[in-house]
Amino acid sequence: MDVYLPIANLAVNGLVIVGLGALTGLLSGMFGVGGGFLTTPLLIFYGVPPTVAAASAASQVTGASVSGALAHARRGGIDYQIGAVLIAGGVIGTGIGALLFRVLQALGQIDTTINVLYVVMLGSIGSLMGVESFGAIRARQTGRAQKARRRRHHPLVASLPLRWRFYRSGLYISPLAPLLLGIATGILTMLMGIGGGFILVPAMLYILGMSVTVVVGTSLFQILFVTMATTMMHALTTRAVDLVLASLLLVGSVLGAQIGALFAQKAKPDVLRLVLALIVLAVAVRMALGLGWRPDEIYTVVGL
Amino acid sequence: MRGLRLAFLPMALFLVGARDPVPPAPVLVPEVSQHEIRVEQGFTGADLLLYGAILPPEGAATADDYDIVVVVEGPARAVVVREKRKVAGIWINAASSSFRSAPGFFAVASSRPVPEIVDARTAAIYELGLAWLQLSPIGSIDPARQQRFAHGLVEHMQRMGLYHEDPGAVRISNRVLYQARIALPSSVPTGDYTAETFAIRKGRVVASAMTHITVGKQGFARFIAVAAQHAGLVYGLCAVALSVLMGWIAGRLFARV
Repeated sequence: MDVYLPIANLAVNGLVIVGLGALTGLLSGMFGVGGGFLTTPLLIFYGVPPTVAAASAASQVTGASVSGALAHARRGGIDYQIGAVLIAGGVIGTGIGALLFRVLQALGQIDTTINVLYVVMLGSIGSLMGVESFGAIRARQTGRAQKARRRRHHPLVASLPLRWRFYRSGLYISPLAPLLLGIATGILTMLMGIGGGFILVPAMLYILGMSVTVVVGTSLFQILFVTMATTMMHALTTRAVDLVLASLLLVGSVLGAQIGALFAQKAKPDVLRLVLALIVLAVAVRMALGLGWRPDEIYTVVGL
Repeated sequence: MRGLRLAFLPMALFLVGARDPVPPAPVLVPEVSQHEIRVEQGFTGADLLLYGAILPPEGAATADDYDIVVVVEGPARAVVVREKRKVAGIWINAASSSFRSAPGFFAVASSRPVPEIVDARTAAIYELGLAWLQLSPIGSIDPARQQRFAHGLVEHMQRMGLYHEDPGAVRISNRVLYQARIALPSSVPTGDYTAETFAIRKGRVVASAMTHITVGKQGFARFIAVAAQHAGLVYGLCAVALSVLMGWIAGRLFARV
């Protein structure tokens, strides 16, 4: 099924794109991450221009996180207060990201920056998650209970001025901490076309020390709004959102997300985390090799 | 530029004709299968058929042997060519060079390899191949560097399927009719294209003719491209609404199951 993408200026096989959406949707449903970290590189690999890929992947993440966020909202698993602070930061972050995008594009370093960011982010998060989940599986098999980690926020967070009470999260911290976290994920969302869930969730747990019951829901809530802001930012600045491409991805991913959620209910959470860690690490290693290998194309051409 | 050159062609031929007795020039009647290529939903590229006849000059009893070269050129644009180098273990864009007029599409089809038909000088004058493309570099004055980047640009565009050379793609039947097929990939830039046909005999261009082709987005594809460019706010809101709606519908569908 050939489909012409009017913004990417390219004909693609529509079924391949729907399949790609389904694959990332499946991951997002199973692991509660947006799946953008896979969509963007795969689209680029398929021949879609990087800017169009990043801009269109953001709306796919929006679609995939809607139903998840709704489900968590019904269960009361969202801290709207901290979520609002995160979103405010996220919107500021997308603005900063848009500026950075433009500067890096003019310098010709946007592709390298995106690749390096992917390697660093995915590499570090993947290894942390891998080690943690492996430990959890070992502990479960040997029957020895893991040392319960005392929930507390990072000392740096405590040193920030101006404290607010966030009742749902069980926190008494400065709102600057979630604001900065929101800004960081906003920048990454704009540059990498990802939702930032796989960065946000560990940061909420280990840096802010939020209560586990609201982490995933609040992260989905933030991703939902920040990816919307990203789509708007791209539509207004880079003009690289391809509605046809986004629709194809959405069809696949919203269905994939639902199927993934069904799987997730049956699987053991630590095994799921280990699988996700391995996927994340594989993408990081592939991209790291790509940076070091002699590229097929030494010369690239862009319009002036 | 090309038009100006062609304007002088009859005069040049006349002067040549005055010096030594070459037979009068034949007349080229070119035609193209489509003057308008519509890029719309389901567009996967197009096959352009360029055909026509070489009418021998009046008084000539038999047609001579001619070679035909067809050049299809897309809209020119200014580009930056970037060169990757290995810096601290990773490949990054380390140098760049700009060109004022790189055609977005360039294809040459000929009845025999161009070097066998004409000498390098003639080929350069008429731009009968990728090696003779006039790119008008900006800034850099070092010819070796210019050439390196021009070569890089041509290589990149060839890889994208937007530049190609096809010696032997022009078929001539009975020394009178010719036809050539040139493939346009789905990623062709939109704009005004020219297709020039040259009849060459004994290393000289004896006749040439030009036709125009327009490549333009139509229908839905055009609507989307125009909306994205000129109504960013509404377009963005539509994209957001679409993604929220689809996510919500999928959630509802599966909630019932």
